[in-house]
Amino acid sequence: MKPALTALWLVFLFSIPLWMADLYVLHVLIITGIFIIAAMSLNLLLGYTGQLSLGHVAFFGIGAYASALMSLGFSVTIAPGVVLSMEPKPVWLAIPVGIAFAAASGWFIGRVSFKVRGAYFVIVSISFAEVIRLVAVNWVELTQGPMALNNIPPLTLWLPGPGEHTFWKKPENYWLVVTVAVACYVVVRRLVHSRAGRAMIALKENEPLATSVGVDVTYYLVITTIVSAAMAGTAGALYAHYVRIVDPDVFLFIYTVTMVIMVMTGGKGTLAGPIVGGLIFGLLPEILRAFQIAPELQWVFYGVLMILVLYFLPEGIVPAVRRGWEHFKHRRTASADAAPTGTVR
Amino acid sequence: MESAVALNVNGLSVRFGGLVAIESMTLDVRDGEVLSLIGPNGAGKTTAFNAITGYLPAASGEVSYRGRRLNSLKPNQIAELGVVRTFQKTSVFGGRTVLDNILMGLHLRSAQRPLAIMLGLPAVRREERELETEARRILDFVGLGRRAGELGSALPYGEQRLLEIAIALAARPKLLLLDEPVSGMNPAETAGFMRKLGEIRALGITVLLVEHDMKMVMGVSDRVVCLNQGRIIANGTPAEIQRDPEVIRAYLGERYARALG
Repeated sequence: MKPALTALWLVFLFSIPLWMADLYVLHVLIITGIFIIAAMSLNLLLGYTGQLSLGHVAFFGIGAYASALMSLGFSVTIAPGVVLSMEPKPVWLAIPVGIAFAAASGWFIGRVSFKVRGAYFVIVSISFAEVIRLVAVNWVELTQGPMALNNIPPLTLWLPGPGEHTFWKKPENYWLVVTVAVACYVVVRRLVHSRAGRAMIALKENEPLATSVGVDVTYYLVITTIVSAAMAGTAGALYAHYVRIVDPDVFLFIYTVTMVIMVMTGGKGTLAGPIVGGLIFGLLPEILRAFQIAPELQWVFYGVLMILVLYFLPEGIVPAVRRGWEHFKHRRTASADAAPTGTVR
Repeated sequence: MESAVALNVNGLSVRFGGLVAIESMTLDVRDGEVLSLIGPNGAGKTTAFNAITGYLPAASGEVSYRGRRLNSLKPNQIAELGVVRTFQKTSVFGGRTVLDNILMGLHLRSAQRPLAIMLGLPAVRREERELETEARRILDFVGLGRRAGELGSALPYGEQRLLEIAIALAARPKLLLLDEPVSGMNPAETAGFMRKLGEIRALGITVLLVEHDMKMVMGVSDRVVCLNQGRIIANGTPAEIQRDPEVIRAYLGERYARALG
């Protein structure tokens, strides 16, 4: 039953470009998919270790910039007379480099903030994102600053057999993003249902108790930050080569907030939460636009929706739906048990 | 014949600012024994636990376990050596199921590395199945087998205390430090726990106990150490301690001594 349902879902997801001719819808789905990957990465930190990374967009942006710069090539003067230059590299090589840079910055954040929790972790992560944004704005020689990196080459894939393939068409991009998103989902699910995931949850639930049974909380916090940052960097790299322009605005605080909203409304600490939240807040703007609702009103609408969700379903949509479903099942089996004998247990 | 010293506390002092919580405390816990730490509130019993298990830094003195110095180690490293403690205030992973609680306690018994987990190697899945079997075995041992699927926070108080001990047992302790394990238990539960402690002991686990329930302390301990205002005032067998005038004055009280006859 369960594997069949999963397979059905996957078939549905991958078949969308086959019957959906509207390229604009595909574009929206691709962007939503990229944001869902980012939200899943945030959920790993926020939902499982309980640490709110309010600078999460930094990892996304570092992945985007590093991958874009590798594929464009660059030449910067790091000291008088010392020039570091890089020839353009193929995109399929640039993306792993972008991911590696994001992961390394995740390691750095995990290390420097290993002693801080809660509010202090939030402050460290916000500051980090802001510093990186200022670097992106001001290091014009490397990043072009506010002029943005333009003409970033599109996504490519290299396989030993067929060689290099460039993703020019929307459906191809869509399939790639969905594949990456599914892979990220699988990685998160494996982590969560393992020793590592239990260590993360233990850290969130009761840190002194976790350490008393031998959980090295620092180690698991660093590991989680690395994985989370690498995943956000993956989303950033996909974004850079799909949209093909990156400017310092990718580091804006509002994008982190968007990810947090996706995770919180969907249900933090659940596997499906970021997907549900991502779909709602990724697709809603387009749906509202279809109804010709003015942008100002759209913002009001999101605000109201979010407050309603958090007020009535404080744990998010997924846990609420799950509880409702279990309640329903329980009542059904209870009445089925009671019916034949006519007694109430 | 006396067995070897498992835990050695030598001249341990702990200070909070100017306040001296423990003043040059020296005691040995021998392999296989149950040693109880008693004393009035604020005597420094829990502070001693915290200093031994790495939750508080010692101002001076030394703690060593089987010759290994514990002073500079982190709590999780001390747990790795087989020294596991419970907490005075009930401490479980309330938002998770009872089974998950034990699985979290089994952390040190599993060997999965993050990379192997992310790759989904078959060894990881095999180990997960073994861990679950082990977790259910531990739950059966403490008598919480039927509660496996319930949330930790949903258990009645006495059972939460049992769960706490089950979590500690999952970490495979050689020396178990129990901080008031029966506080909040009713007399029947306490009696059940005393029997359980005998079984734990039969597993070869050395126990250092902090407890106010004198019936339990005198019933299960091989030796008792009495603390008062951060100093050890008596150290001996339960029978000796019950008759020690200093202990009676500082902690047990005249009425207790009279009741003994």
